[in-house]
Amino acid sequence: MSNTAIFIALATGVVVWFVVASRLTAKPWAGETAGDVGAVRWPAARIGLWFFMAVVTSLFSLFLSAYSMRMHHGLGWCHLTIPNLLWYNTLVLLAASVAMQFASSLAGRGRRDASRNALVAGGLLTVAFLAGQVMAWQAVGPSLYFIQGSPAIAFFYVLTILHGLHLIGGLYVLVRTTTRFAAGAEIIDLRQSLSLCATYWHFLLLVWLAVFGVLLFL
Amino acid sequence: MAFVAIADRDAPIHDPHTFIERYIWSQDHKVIAIQYALVAIFVGLVALVLSGLMRLQLGFPEQFHFVDPNSYYQFVTMHGMIMVIYLLTALFLGGFGNYLIPLMCGARDMVFPYMNMLSFWVYLLAVIVLLASFFVPGGPTGAGWTLYPPQAISAGTPGAGWGIILMLGSLALFIVAFTMGGLNYVTTVLQARCRGMTLMRMPLSVWGIFVATILGLLAFPALFVSAVMMTLDGTLGTSFFMPALSSMGQAPEHNGGSPLLFQHLFWFFGHPEVYIVALPAFGIVSDLLSTHARKNIFGYRMMVWAILAIGGLSFVVWAHHMYVSGMNPYFGFFFATTTLIIAVPTAIKVYNWVLTLWRGNIHLTVPMLFAIGFIFTFIHGGLTGLFLGNVTVDLPLSDTYFVVGHFHMVMGVSPILVVFGAIYHWYPKITGRMYNEKLGKAHFWLTFLGTYAIYLPMHYLGILGVPRRYYALGDTDFLPQSVHTVNAAITIAALVVAGSVLIFLYNMIASLKNGKKAPSNPWKATTLEWQTPDTPPKHGNWGPRLPEVHRWAYDYSVPGAPDDFIPQNVPVDPKLGVGRDHGKKH
Repeated sequence: MSNTAIFIALATGVVVWFVVASRLTAKPWAGETAGDVGAVRWPAARIGLWFFMAVVTSLFSLFLSAYSMRMHHGLGWCHLTIPNLLWYNTLVLLAASVAMQFASSLAGRGRRDASRNALVAGGLLTVAFLAGQVMAWQAVGPSLYFIQGSPAIAFFYVLTILHGLHLIGGLYVLVRTTTRFAAGAEIIDLRQSLSLCATYWHFLLLVWLAVFGVLLFL
Repeated sequence: MAFVAIADRDAPIHDPHTFIERYIWSQDHKVIAIQYALVAIFVGLVALVLSGLMRLQLGFPEQFHFVDPNSYYQFVTMHGMIMVIYLLTALFLGGFGNYLIPLMCGARDMVFPYMNMLSFWVYLLAVIVLLASFFVPGGPTGAGWTLYPPQAISAGTPGAGWGIILMLGSLALFIVAFTMGGLNYVTTVLQARCRGMTLMRMPLSVWGIFVATILGLLAFPALFVSAVMMTLDGTLGTSFFMPALSSMGQAPEHNGGSPLLFQHLFWFFGHPEVYIVALPAFGIVSDLLSTHARKNIFGYRMMVWAILAIGGLSFVVWAHHMYVSGMNPYFGFFFATTTLIIAVPTAIKVYNWVLTLWRGNIHLTVPMLFAIGFIFTFIHGGLTGLFLGNVTVDLPLSDTYFVVGHFHMVMGVSPILVVFGAIYHWYPKITGRMYNEKLGKAHFWLTFLGTYAIYLPMHYLGILGVPRRYYALGDTDFLPQSVHTVNAAITIAALVVAGSVLIFLYNMIASLKNGKKAPSNPWKATTLEWQTPDTPPKHGNWGPRLPEVHRWAYDYSVPGAPDDFIPQNVPVDPKLGVGRDHGKKH
């Protein structure tokens, strides 16, 4: 559970920051203080996304903890042979993340068409990554026989499917944003969606790097 | 300010036009709260009936032939899982969280109303899938609410085929539903508070629900992970948790899985779950005590910090549920220490509740009775927790009725008393009607004394060594005849308490029609939900303008003030000052 413990330590750090930043030492019974307006200034969607990413981090930390514990405490473990394809997939996801960042920054500078092109490129690269992951299953162990026989292969399937599902969720938002582009929405109205998409893609890239790192080195 | 954009805009948000939009596919947090609460109470009643059936078997073995060993284990499992997850978690967070957060924070609704609506419908789906397991071949799972492998998915355990799969699927759905709701609750608390509502002016109910939601968001993934992996072990034949088991000379179907891994994952969720249920109860009971004792809550800041400390610590105590599963002695020492440390912030809260009552102007209303009852049962359950938190004391008491008595007292009865207290407290606001006070008090005394009659003797049974999870004790030399007599008495008490729920239901339903019309603030409370222009609050909660908050939530009995309460939205009178410091100044 060490990964999870590290994550919880980080989460505790965030809480401590929150305590300090929010001045939980205020004495509410003593009357009004300057600047007493209350709520956090971030838009709701951004706060929601960050909490969602915390949930997903918890989910993957626990899966990776389970991976490590199953390796060390169970029997019949044999290590995964990592196909080279995964390195290419990682590069493709990295490129998708960079494209999403471009889409967001270009939108910030008001370059509507370039932003849309980067967004579409990000989407296509993500689909390519997902297709690459499906091909990686073929390389790792293409049938139920392997999944039953090797817990490492079973973990590989579970982790890649779960990560892929999160990407597909992101693609849903991406398609909606693209539709809004097509419908002629003002770039200023799309900035937030593009920025949140970019954040989410960077996050899922980090999750994949963590998963890939554990598969490689543990 | 971002929050103003959401909260103060003129056009009503997601304005419902038809009956279906208003009451079925509703995005209004109040309607969703009631939908959540009604489903949770319904499924809780199912679990209550199951516990009655279990008690019939335990109190009068061999008398009721419709309870056989298989169905007994199925009833135990479903009772536990429903009560902890589908009743308490759903009711506190989906029910009270949904109703109270926007109203107490001065918002028009949750920040993601559509997702909030989806949350309820996925929860309902989870409940339907769970209840469907009663009707599939083999019936629901009988693996115990902890669903430990290997027995949960091994042949011979009731419901090892369909039952367990439906249970795991239902849990996964519940977690999806909870996540959608939970993201709403935390974001609304952080982002949609009205002007002047700083975090440290929030009522403790909101604090409890807020921190419990964060715990849920971080802890439920552990249950999700274990549910996914166990489903794969049960259906595809993987070996995450399932060790190689050979039966009747056949080749094992699994190889080398680690059942202990499941226990770690399960309790990494399971222990925070205790606080997911307890923290909202702590928060709500603080508000009930303060309001009905007409006194500010003692040590507000300490209460907030204690909620945060308990939330943080609840993630590092999980293995105290596994002392008898086998672990490195140093781990046992570590987890015993953290378990005992968590008693410190908890004790601070208990002292503060008692000190809030001290020299208060106590009104023994129905909600107050339930709140005071909670202090008794919670202290009781908390003290027995100190026994079980120590490894050496836990070993002989493990798997006895002492444990059953302990956890029912601390996380069964205590939160349920708060649930009842909270329903009686907010019923006038939710329905616009008052209930019958006498019936409410009868319900309280039957429940409070009845639960003591049930669970106090269980501690003695546990110390005598009566094992839990047994379908029938039979005639054994080490158990005196009195054990059987006590078991029969417990069953009678349990049936009386279960019957008292009928009084509650009758009171709630009959008062909808016959109850006196409720004034907008019958308890003379300070918090914002009692200051709405309409009772029950209309869609959008606040009419044309949002409230503005000028003081904390606990200005009761302020010296010199004309009333014994000053609502949060009343501006500060420079002559009067604010809050409790006023007395010192003048």
